[in-house]
Amino acid sequence: MNKSLFNGTGTLMRFIWRRDRLRIPIWLLSFAVVSMVTAVAFTDLYQNAAERQAIAETMRNPAMTAMVGPGYGLDNYTEGAMMAHQMLLMTAVVVGLMSILLVARHTRSDEEEGRIELIRSLPVGRLSTLQSVLLVMFIVDILLAVTTGLGLYALGISSMDLEGSLLYGAALGAVGLFFAALTAVFAQLSQNSRNTVGLSVIVLLLGYALRAIGDIGMEALSWTTPLGWVLRSEVYVQNIWWPVWLTIGAACLLAVLALYLNSIRDLGSGFLPARTGKAHASPALQSSLGLAVRLQRTGLVAWAFGLFLIGASYGSVLGDLESFFADVEIMQEFLAAAPGSSLTEQFIPMLMSVMAIIGTIPVLLAILRLKGEEKNNRLEHFLSRAVSRNRLLGSYVVISLFTSFIMLSLAGLGIGLVGNAMMQEGLPLGVFYKAAIVYLPAAWVMTGLAAALIGWLPKATGLVWLYLVFSFTVVYLGALFQFPEWTEKATPFGHIPQLPVEEQNWMALAILTVIAAVLLIAGFAGFNRRDISN
Amino acid sequence: MSILKTSALTKDFGNFTALDGVDIEVGKGEVYGFIGPNGAGKSTAIRVLLGILKATSGKAEIFGLDAWNDAVEIHKRVAYVPGDVNLWPNLTGGEVIDLFVKLRGGNGQSRREELVRRFGLDPTKKCRTYSKGNRQKVALVAALSMEADLYILDEPTSGLDPLMERVFQEWVAEAKQQGKSILLSSHILSEVEKLCDKVAIIRQGKIIETGTLRELRHLTGSILTVETKRLMPLLHEVKGVHGIREHQGIVSFQVDTEKMDEVMRYVSGFGVVRLESSLPTLEELFMRHYEEGGATQEQEAASHEQKLV
Repeated sequence: MNKSLFNGTGTLMRFIWRRDRLRIPIWLLSFAVVSMVTAVAFTDLYQNAAERQAIAETMRNPAMTAMVGPGYGLDNYTEGAMMAHQMLLMTAVVVGLMSILLVARHTRSDEEEGRIELIRSLPVGRLSTLQSVLLVMFIVDILLAVTTGLGLYALGISSMDLEGSLLYGAALGAVGLFFAALTAVFAQLSQNSRNTVGLSVIVLLLGYALRAIGDIGMEALSWTTPLGWVLRSEVYVQNIWWPVWLTIGAACLLAVLALYLNSIRDLGSGFLPARTGKAHASPALQSSLGLAVRLQRTGLVAWAFGLFLIGASYGSVLGDLESFFADVEIMQEFLAAAPGSSLTEQFIPMLMSVMAIIGTIPVLLAILRLKGEEKNNRLEHFLSRAVSRNRLLGSYVVISLFTSFIMLSLAGLGIGLVGNAMMQEGLPLGVFYKAAIVYLPAAWVMTGLAAALIGWLPKATGLVWLYLVFSFTVVYLGALFQFPEWTEKATPFGHIPQLPVEEQNWMALAILTVIAAVLLIAGFAGFNRRDISN
Repeated sequence: MSILKTSALTKDFGNFTALDGVDIEVGKGEVYGFIGPNGAGKSTAIRVLLGILKATSGKAEIFGLDAWNDAVEIHKRVAYVPGDVNLWPNLTGGEVIDLFVKLRGGNGQSRREELVRRFGLDPTKKCRTYSKGNRQKVALVAALSMEADLYILDEPTSGLDPLMERVFQEWVAEAKQQGKSILLSSHILSEVEKLCDKVAIIRQGKIIETGTLRELRHLTGSILTVETKRLMPLLHEVKGVHGIREHQGIVSFQVDTEKMDEVMRYVSGFGVVRLESSLPTLEELFMRHYEEGGATQEQEAASHEQKLV
């Protein structure tokens, strides 16, 4: 191969590192710290083998398998086995997300903005930009494997030996590398960065869903994604290394494919066709609301589909769950502890809270799109015409609120319809639907918070994401790690009544709605009096 | 009555003063040139006038209404073309034009087709495939296809080729005939010179000169190009002489109007062979203001070079 194709790769790698000198270390540090904190929390929570074994019993059900993957070493549930079982998959998904975002940022985004053109005009090889990104990601993933692996080993927990810890890190790194290479391929195929990220995330989430179905029955499906592969390494139990090599091998093939595709295409073009469009705007497009809908249509449809799919995959395990509980005597005793509702029902609120928080992501995306439009200097097209600021912000708020309704409805219907089809004794669909839709006020509070930030602290809109992550942590992990009560009350999602187990609490819902309204009004007031940045 | 008026308009960004007591006034049927280099405050002034930025102090009025509070009402009769046009990559140019026309509440279908043809724009292409010039055409077609009383154009031709620049200039001439008012910000001085009735020069947020081109020229004085039998050794010491440039024995320089008499007397002492007097171009006016502001000698030389070629 012509050596000049890769000219300047080293310089470009240093340049990428310079641009991401904060971003990459923060990602790496987060993974190491979260992993270590979790491992410590496990040892604190379950102080002896008997306690760990008790928790292992509650893990032996399809719902948990679908969510976190198959449990290895459940008969001897050490801290290590617990860590690998409950944390590896979730962490791997986030590592995949990191790879997708980093790679898309340095490939198609840069190309779309015309920055790669500038670099190409210098004495730099045609494949250097892509190769430098891939090599940087390779280094990042090695660092990830080493820091997380050594970090876990350094805790000195007896069941978490050096080999297992390194394998844990290596599994994460391999998944990261795979999705980095996959994103690099999509960056060649699609002509813009939004589709690059979108397609890659779809593959990631689809992999998670397929693996869920695979792990509880149709095992072949688990082999369609590296998320399924790396779970087979039985970290801290058997320490099997070949799934890591398999994942890295697949990543290398994808990387070569990406480089090949890059070498045969023109700068700025893609392989997925870009068709010419309409010469005239349809009536539906001709308003600020119409445009806002149009801009987000594809993304929102994808999210709606995804939410239904997540609901459906949770629903699909309810049937197994039911028959599983029926078999286990201990469980039936446990069941008596919560009178009036079956164990299946008790699982519903927990699943719903997770889905409600995931469903809030598109809700926030919908309103924060306004910020993106401002950043791209496109709001002046509206504000220089006969469009008031209220109308402009209102368009995005309306879409955000509407999205919350659609997402929660679909999540509820997904779990309800599929769940009922799987269970012997189904529940009324309304039970599922109510349990999902009751989260609406919490989602509205998030919309309100986003609006308030847009109005008053437009540079700090990222805070709302932080708050959502915090909410997810305390709601999802809080129960697992027994966080103090107030942490759950610090998020709107913690105030939602846990239907169908708890009583409906209209008061809490009303208060959340009022808070959302106040935040929204504040947002409008702020947006009306501030400069639009450029 | 003035269509657009600012008085003592000031805009601060933190410690930085982007606009410092700007006064401009555009009358009905006037084409008003707003010139200054990048970063002088042209776009900031326009964005305050459009109610996108809030003035720190001072007044900005269009049609006698407040630019911030009555923005929506004002914009029903204003058309704007930004200098840097950012569009939605996944919409076609045609869709964007229709959206923009609709947002102003207008219906410019017949003119739209004509303008699309005149500017040679393909409206079925996605915006992401457009070059800067084509994006600018989209904004121009959307703005020009609507009936408006005031057009605010922020460097509208910076990405256009000379042919399209001419199409634009034709349109300005038509609009002027119809009594429309235009605020044209530009740093293409020949364009401003050709099109504008009045000019304001802005530097570091301050208006440093304003008036009709004739007034400005009168204030500045003329350019003399002289060939003499003997050298004029002390010409640079004569009061009222600026920007001396010599080229193959021919000397040219700028003369302040009120010092013309003395300068002529000095020059005539050296045996005049040839003498030409001309009014300065806008570019020369502009450069003079910037030279006083400490622009480099190089720029000065460049401007005169151009003139002599």
